[in-house]
Amino acid sequence: MLREEDKIFKNLYGFDDWSLKGANERGIWSNTKEIIEKGSEFIVGEIKNSQLRGRGGAGFPAGLKWSFMPKDSGKPHYLVVNADESEPGTCKDREIMRNDPHLLLEGCLVAGFAMHANTCYIYIRGEYYNEASNLQKAIDEAYENNLIGKNACGTNWDYDIYLHRGAGAYICGEETALLESLEGKKGQPRLKPPFPAGAGLYGCPTTVNNVETIAVAPTIIRRGAEWFSSLGRENNTGSKIFSISGHVNNPCNVEEEMGIGLKELIEKHAGGVIGGWDNLLAVIPGGASVPLLPKSICDTVKMDFDSLKEVQSGLGTAAVIVMNKSTDIVDAICRLSHFYKHESCGQCTPCREGTGWMFRMMEKMVKGSAQVDDIDKLLDVTKQIEGHTICALGDAAAWPIQGLMRHFRPEVERRIKEYRLEEVA
Amino acid sequence: MPTITIDNKKVEFENGMTVMQTCELAGTEIPRFCYHEKLSIAGNCRMCLVEMEKGPPKPVASCAMPAGDGMVIKTNSQMVKKARKGVMEFLLINHPLDCPICDQGGECDLQDQALHYGFDKSRYDENKRAVKNKHMGPLVSTIMTRCIHCTRCVRFSTEIAGVDDLGLLGRGENAEITTYLEKTIDSELSGNVIDLCPVGALTSKPYAFKSRPWELSKTETYDVLDGIGSSIRVDTRGKQVLRVLPRINEDTNEEWINDKTRFAIDGLSRQRLDKVYVKENNKLNTSDWNTALDRIKDEITNRGKEKTITLSGKFTDAETVISSKIFSHALGSNLYDCRFDNAQLIHGESESYKFNSSIQEVENADAILLVGSNPRWEASVLNARIRKTYINNNCKIGIIGPDLDLNYPYHKISKSLTGLNDILENNSEFSKILFNSKNPIIIVGTSAINNEQGESVLKICANIAKKLPNFSNSFNPLNILNQDISRVGSLELSFVNQYFDGDLEAKLKEKIKKNKPVVFLLGLDEISPKSLDGSFVVYCGHHGDVNAQYADIILPTPAYTEKSSTYMNIEGRVIQTSRCHNPLGEAKEEWKIFKVLSDLLECEIKFNNLNDVRKKIVEHNKNFLEIMKTNNSSNLSFASKEKLEEQTISYNISNFYMNDSISRSSETMAKCTNEILNKVKAS
Repeated sequence: MLREEDKIFKNLYGFDDWSLKGANERGIWSNTKEIIEKGSEFIVGEIKNSQLRGRGGAGFPAGLKWSFMPKDSGKPHYLVVNADESEPGTCKDREIMRNDPHLLLEGCLVAGFAMHANTCYIYIRGEYYNEASNLQKAIDEAYENNLIGKNACGTNWDYDIYLHRGAGAYICGEETALLESLEGKKGQPRLKPPFPAGAGLYGCPTTVNNVETIAVAPTIIRRGAEWFSSLGRENNTGSKIFSISGHVNNPCNVEEEMGIGLKELIEKHAGGVIGGWDNLLAVIPGGASVPLLPKSICDTVKMDFDSLKEVQSGLGTAAVIVMNKSTDIVDAICRLSHFYKHESCGQCTPCREGTGWMFRMMEKMVKGSAQVDDIDKLLDVTKQIEGHTICALGDAAAWPIQGLMRHFRPEVERRIKEYRLEEVA
Repeated sequence: MPTITIDNKKVEFENGMTVMQTCELAGTEIPRFCYHEKLSIAGNCRMCLVEMEKGPPKPVASCAMPAGDGMVIKTNSQMVKKARKGVMEFLLINHPLDCPICDQGGECDLQDQALHYGFDKSRYDENKRAVKNKHMGPLVSTIMTRCIHCTRCVRFSTEIAGVDDLGLLGRGENAEITTYLEKTIDSELSGNVIDLCPVGALTSKPYAFKSRPWELSKTETYDVLDGIGSSIRVDTRGKQVLRVLPRINEDTNEEWINDKTRFAIDGLSRQRLDKVYVKENNKLNTSDWNTALDRIKDEITNRGKEKTITLSGKFTDAETVISSKIFSHALGSNLYDCRFDNAQLIHGESESYKFNSSIQEVENADAILLVGSNPRWEASVLNARIRKTYINNNCKIGIIGPDLDLNYPYHKISKSLTGLNDILENNSEFSKILFNSKNPIIIVGTSAINNEQGESVLKICANIAKKLPNFSNSFNPLNILNQDISRVGSLELSFVNQYFDGDLEAKLKEKIKKNKPVVFLLGLDEISPKSLDGSFVVYCGHHGDVNAQYADIILPTPAYTEKSSTYMNIEGRVIQTSRCHNPLGEAKEEWKIFKVLSDLLECEIKFNNLNDVRKKIVEHNKNFLEIMKTNNSSNLSFASKEKLEEQTISYNISNFYMNDSISRSSETMAKCTNEILNKVKAS
C-alpha cells in the first residue's frame, strides 16, 4: 500500500485549498526554477529513468515520447495536455484539475520546457465546467505571480498556457483528433505517420500527454527517478490514480502503487463489492475500452500494465468498473457498444459501419433473439474491425465484446436457448 | 536508390513515394476507394491495407504509409486478404446493392472490387441505412444511400475547385456527405465529382437513366468550348452525344474538365441547322445544296468577287480557315479576319497572341499578374491550376481589372489599365512582388486588349515581361489567354487583315456600306447583325443562333463531334479532334463547300480531300506539323515603353455557361445559368 508521504496528489479529495496559496503549502512551484535550470536533457532523462508510462490509457513510456521531440526544428513546439477525459468510468483528471490545478500547471511548464515548447494548450472536456473554471483561475494566478508567461519562474523561458474547452466528443480524446479539434477542424483522427512529434499541431512538433502524466512529472524530478521507480515493479513503476466505480460500497478515486492487487484495491479503498467479494461478477479494470475480467481472474490479478495484459485485458486509464451479480453483463457490454457506435467519428469504414453492426447484434444477444452461430459472426466482425482502423476507437469498440464472449459465452448461449424455448412455447 | 520488397519482388523507388505507389511500380494492384492521385490522402476507406514485415502487428494503409528503404511488404498474405474482405463487407452492409437501377453500374469501383474481394453472400441481417438525397444543383444527382464516405468529392471541392460547398456532416454511421443547406455547388468544375465518386452516389443529372456504359461508343477527342483544348472522351449512341468525360492530359487539363465542356452537349442536338436554307421574300426556306451554291455563285459574281468578306467564329478549325483563305485569295480578296472580339495583336508576332509559357509552367509560378482576365470563366481548368500554384507555391496573384471571385485571394492592383504603368515603373505594391519573385508570369486576357489601346497594352506587358527575372530565350513569361479554341490557329494561319485593326465591326460596316459584298460567316454569332446590313450573308454553321436568322443563305456544317478537325489551343499546341459520329442532316464540312464554290466560280483551288487541306495548313505554317506539340519563341521584340490612358476594364464574358452557340442551345446550361448564376431556386 502506498505510504502517505509517497503520494503525489496530496489534495486529490479537495480537502485543502486548491488555489496558489494552498499549492505553495503543498510544495508546488517551490523550486521550479532549479528544476528547469538542470536543463531539458536532464528532465527527459529523469522521466526516462523513472520508467513513467503514459497515464492516458496506452501506457507509452513518457520519457521516450518526450525525447522524440526534435531539438532544433526551426518551428514552434507545442505541448498539448489531453484533458478530454471521456473514457466511461474514468474520473481522475477532473479531480486533479479542480483540486490541484497548480500541480498540472507546474507539470506543463517543466514538461514543456523539456520539449523546447513555449506554448501549451490544455484541451479540456467541454462538460468539465467547474474544472475549467478552477483551472483558468489557476492559470490566471500563475500568470499574475510570473510563474508562467514571459520569463516564467525567472528562468528566462517564455511559457504560455491556454485552456481550450472541447465540445464533448469522445473521439477528441484521441491525440490527433484532439489536435484537429484544437485547430478548429472536425475532430477526426489523423493518419499516422506522421506522428505528432514530427508534425502535430499546425504541422509543428507536438507532444500530447494525459493530465496525470504531466502532473506527476515535477514531483518525479524533485524526488528523483529512483524514488518513483522504487514504487511498483519494473516497467510498471510509480503510483497511479485508480477510479473505482460500480457496485462497490464506497466509489472513489485513490492514488495507489502500481501493481496493487485488484481485490486489495477494491476492499481497502472502495469498501468492498456490494454483497461481498463472492458477489462479484466481473470487473472492467481500465475504463470501458478494455476487456472485462471475471471474478476468477479478479481474485489474483495485479493492477499494472503488464499483469493485465497477461490476462488479455489492459490497465487503460485504471478506471475500475465493478459489477456484482445483479448486473446483466450482456446488457452492460451492449450499452458500451452503443456508446462506441454513437462516438465513432465516421471517418474510416470498419469503425463507421462495424460499430453499428456490432451494437445491433449485441442488442439481439441481450434479448437472446440471435442464433448461436451469430456469436461467432459477432466475434468475426470484432476481428474485422480490430487493427484495421485509423485510430484505436475501433479496437476499443471490439475489445469489450471479445472480453464478454471470452468469459461469458455460456451466459449468452443460455439466453439464446431460453429465448428459443420461449418462442416454441 | 532505395529499394522495397513487394511480395518477394525488389523494386527501386524514389524517396517520398508511398507504399501504394511502390506497389504499382512492382506491378501489384492495390484496391482503393478514397485514394486519388490528385487529391490529398485521406486513408479512410481502409481498402488498401497491406502487411508490413517488422512493422506493427496489424496491416497498414498503403496509400498513406511512406515507403522506406528495406521495407518488406506483402500484398496477398492471409492477413491482407482477411482485412480486404472485412473492409469490403463493411462497405457493402449499408450499400443498397441497387446496381440494376444505378447509373454507375458497369463502371463502378465498388462493383468491380466486390467481385474480387467480396464475400459471396451477405451476413448482415439488420436493416440497411437509408440516407436522404441532397440537392446539389442542376448537374449532380445524388443517391446518398449509396455513399461509402470516401470523401473524394469533399476533398476535390475544397482542394481543387476551392469551394467549401461540400462536407461531411454528422459522425459515425450517421455521417453524410452534404452541401449543408441544400446549396448548389458553386463551381465551374463541379461535374468532376461525378467522375471521382467511386460508387453511384453522385451521378450526372442530365445523363440519368439515359444509357449503360457498354452501349456507348467511345471516342477520344478534344474539347473546343474554351481555349484550353481539354482532352476528352465523347460517348455516343447513334447520332447522339450522351456524355463527355475527361481524359488525363498533364499538359492541358490534368484530369478535370469544366461543366460547360461536360454538360453543354445537349446543345448539340438542339437548334441544329441540318438543312440548307435560302432566304426568299425575307423568309428562310429550306432548299438544297445546288440551289444555294448556285445562288452564292451568282451573288459573288454580281457583287464582286474581290469584295467578298469572310469572318470566322468561335469553333472555326484550321481546315476551314485555310480553305476559306485559299478560296478568298482565289477570288482576289483578302478581306478575312477572326478577331470578332476585337482582341488586338502585333502583326507578325506570334508571341502577342499565345500563352507562351505553356499551361504547365503556371504550376511553377510564384507570382502571377492577371490583366483583364477572369480565368475562372475563361479557362476554368487553368484557374484550378492557378489555385494549385497558390496552395503549393504560395503564389501571389495580382489583378488589373474589376474584382472577381477566383477561389483564391489576390492583390487588387487597379480596375484601370493604368495599373500597368505603375507596374512598369515598379511603383506599386504588387510590382515589387512581381519583380522580386523567381518565377513570375503575366496572363493577359482579351478584355484588356479589345480596345484602341490594345496594342499598347501588349507592348507594355511585353516590356514588363522582359524585365522579369525569368525571361530568357527559352522562357517567355508573357501569356495571352484567348477564350476560343479557333483563335490561335486562325492567327497562326494569318487569317487577319490589318484593315480590321482597332474596331472590327465599325470597319466592317464601312466596307459593307461601300461594297455591299457577300459576307461569309463561319459560325460567327458574336458580332451584331446590324453591322451586316446591306451585305449578302452566307452563314456556314451548325446552330441556329443569333446571326443565322439574318443570313440570306444558311449552309449546315458539322459540329465539333462530327468531324475531324485541327486546332491550336491557347499555347499553340496542335490538337486534332476525331469524328465521334456522322454529321446531322445534310451538313458538309466547310472545306468541301469552298471547294465546290471555287469550281462553280471557276477559280480553281488545289485541294481535293482532307489530306490535301492539311498539307496546305502545314505549308502555311510549319507549327501545325506535329500533333500535341507547341512551338513557341521568346523574343518579345515588340516590347516598348508605352503610357496607357485611364480606361476601366470590363470583362467580355458575362455568362460562363452560355457563351457560344452550342452552350446557348443547351437546356442544361440554361438551368445552370438560372440556378447557379442567377440563384433561382429549382422548384
